[in-house]
Amino acid sequence: MADDVDQQQTTNTVEEPLDPIRLSLDERIYVKMRNDRELRGRLHAYDQHLNMILGDVEETVTTIEIDEETYEEIYKSTKRNIPMLFVRGDGVVLVAPPLRVG
Amino acid sequence: MSLVGKDVVVELKNDLSICGTLHSVDQYLNIKLTDISVTDPEKYPHMLSVKNCFIRGSVVRYVQLPADEVDTQLLQDAARKEALQQKQ
Repeated sequence: MADDVDQQQTTNTVEEPLDPIRLSLDERIYVKMRNDRELRGRLHAYDQHLNMILGDVEETVTTIEIDEETYEEIYKSTKRNIPMLFVRGDGVVLVAPPLRVG
Repeated sequence: MSLVGKDVVVELKNDLSICGTLHSVDQYLNIKLTDISVTDPEKYPHMLSVKNCFIRGSVVRYVQLPADEVDTQLLQDAARKEALQQKQ
């Protein structure tokens, strides 16, 4: 019976929306944020607001420049690396495993 | 593990980056910094005379922390406990 209670508390199945995030602790994740920003890093902590602490983070900021003459849209991205970062949850849009190409 | 007294860089939603010593944090994640200086060359106002500041939690985008002062195991365990608490 004690086992039942334990099983309820720490399940490995995904039931609530924050469960897949719990299972991603100590794993690398991809975070999409407001203002065309993306983060990739190792998830060390999170809470119900989606405040997070990420380690070994790479931030990508994407901007669009418009060529004055041709009016074409040029996509530029700026990256930077930060060893340990607290992220406020109100900027977070999406959390996922890292994107794998191919 | 407390980072009070350690140097951090707070990046605000208006793109300002402020470096300073962490003095205190409250339940809203408002931050008080002492001995501040502005990092990131172009994105700062002229705050030459300001030594200490109070930052409203809601305007923070990131806080850059010193990696070697952070106990990642402790954080992960605390997050798991917190997640459990939330379910109840």
